[in-house]
Amino acid sequence: MSEAHALKPSPARWLVVIFPYVWLTLFFLAPFLIILKISLSDTAIAMPPYTPVFQGFGAIGDFISQLDIENYIFLTDDPLYIDAYLSSLRIAVISTLLLLLVGYPMALCMARASAGIRPTLVMLVILPFWTSFLIRVYAWIGILKPEGLLTLLLQTLGIYGPDDQVQIFRTETAVFIGIVYSYLPFMVLPLYAALEKLDGTLLEAASDLGCPPWKAFWKITFPLSLPGVIAGSMICFIPITGEFVIPDLLGGAETLMIGKTLWTEFFGNRDWPLASAVAVILLLVLVVPIMIFQNQQQKAEGK
Amino acid sequence: MTSNLLRFAAAALASVCLAASAQAQEKVVHVYNWSDYIDESILEDFTKETGIKVVYDVFDGNEILETKLLAGGSGYDVVVPTAPFLARQIAAGVFQKLDKSKLPNISNMWPEVSERLAKYDPGNEYAVNYMWGTTGIGYNVQKVKAALGDVPIDSWDVLFKPENAEKLKGCGINILDASDETFAIAMNYIGKDPDSKETADLEAGGDVYAKIRPFVKTFNSSAYIDELANGDSCISIGWSGDVLQARTRAEEAKNGVEINYVIPKEGTYMWFDNLAIPADAKNVDEAHAFINYLMKPEVIAKASNYVQYANGNLASQSLIDEAVFKNPSVYPDAETMKKLFTISPYGPKEQRVLNRVWTQIKTGS
Repeated sequence: MSEAHALKPSPARWLVVIFPYVWLTLFFLAPFLIILKISLSDTAIAMPPYTPVFQGFGAIGDFISQLDIENYIFLTDDPLYIDAYLSSLRIAVISTLLLLLVGYPMALCMARASAGIRPTLVMLVILPFWTSFLIRVYAWIGILKPEGLLTLLLQTLGIYGPDDQVQIFRTETAVFIGIVYSYLPFMVLPLYAALEKLDGTLLEAASDLGCPPWKAFWKITFPLSLPGVIAGSMICFIPITGEFVIPDLLGGAETLMIGKTLWTEFFGNRDWPLASAVAVILLLVLVVPIMIFQNQQQKAEGK
Repeated sequence: MTSNLLRFAAAALASVCLAASAQAQEKVVHVYNWSDYIDESILEDFTKETGIKVVYDVFDGNEILETKLLAGGSGYDVVVPTAPFLARQIAAGVFQKLDKSKLPNISNMWPEVSERLAKYDPGNEYAVNYMWGTTGIGYNVQKVKAALGDVPIDSWDVLFKPENAEKLKGCGINILDASDETFAIAMNYIGKDPDSKETADLEAGGDVYAKIRPFVKTFNSSAYIDELANGDSCISIGWSGDVLQARTRAEEAKNGVEINYVIPKEGTYMWFDNLAIPADAKNVDEAHAFINYLMKPEVIAKASNYVQYANGNLASQSLIDEAVFKNPSVYPDAETMKKLFTISPYGPKEQRVLNRVWTQIKTGS
């Protein structure tokens, strides 16, 4: 290893090292800077609908002097945005916990299944991806709506009377159902990857030494699967916070989420600068969990 | 909203098609219209007559159209914005002036509509009317009767009086998610100028909805057609043609649902959907040919028969089916026409107040 480090880097090596940075600059940093710039502008009735517009480096001083943080001040002034961020975080936290609750037993069963059927089980988890995400969420509308399949089932079973209807569609419950259903594979797969690597002899040893199975689970299985729990939770938590499609299709008017607020600002109010400010703040809200995630990953790899 | 997402997908697909068709050197016009808003055979007939291929794409909200236009390079040659949006888009420099020499059929237009449209487009320089209509009350006749008793449904009181709304809660109330129109209607209802842009008036208008908010089930602008038709909701603020479509769908489904549309006696909002050509359109001649074709009396009459909206074409009126033309919900009588109002567009700050109040109402906070 040390010999390899001592070698003078060849151009090919440089390319390999630089490539991720170029990628990030092009597809993350540059778009982010554009959004940041728009968030410092003012709305205008024009094409594009904000001012000032970047006119080249000659007039850059003039351009910068016209930027201000008015939009950010507006965001803190108005409780709507704070409520929307908090409500999104709340929904994301609850959804992630529900996902763990549903996903962990699934992943554990998969990891404990005989090696022969494991690939089939993994395949079954991935299978829903073969259908468009949008169609799958639409299918839930058919199931949950008052005269939908769930009502029909309950009525057929005699649990519901002929006039009773399930009142789930367009409530927050429907949003949770949609989110847990859609994100389940993202939770199960990292958990499965962590649990599958688990050394079975540890549990045998625990059992031999008189440890009951539930205690062995909390003392051995769960701590060792923690990297999977963190990875799965982060992969789910971050996109759920900004989720727009599921609350829009399944949620009611009361379900306030930041993705929807962003949509209204951008399309309804044509307020691109404010929408950009909302997006920048959303990014900051999400960067913190990402950093924690990165930190944990590094620790896990360091072990 | 729901179908906005589908529109995004459709638009993404369409842009792929655009790129592909641009390579073939054939005459083509890219049209971006509202969903369910034309008899598709008109497009085929146009291609047969002129040899110009129509690439047709649809949206279901002015917001989507406007965002595409303001971003520039939309790739469309003919678009159909509603009047207040049109006015703002003209100010933003989105459209080019129509070349009237290429539009001989413009002599067929209805001066009454063109004059009202001139409030948004002075001199009718940028747009010609496609369809117009009103925003009124669509309701399920049996269910509303069961809830309210045998009272005439001819006033906004049916919805805006909290005691009525409370009785209707059980069968489902929908409000259009179109804040500019809903506020104008509410301000008119409480005796204020529907065109007022004062924060106090907007808040007073919003208060009308805040009072009935606990009884409102949904706020949407496209799904309500089906919800009315299959009995999921019983009353909605709705666009005339949409409600009539719900009626047709219920009749076709033979589910015993009878839908009616009424223009309340206090008056209501009159809107115009108009044909315009973006400034950066690539097929300007073809766009003019398409607009000119739609101004043919027999063509636009066919469109009105299909979508059940009134059009702005005077010469077409003798060719429209009686069921549509004699329907006072579609072509109101002169007396009702006088009570219909138009509103001017909101400025950026006013729009912010408006949507802020509207979001508060919708989320019930």
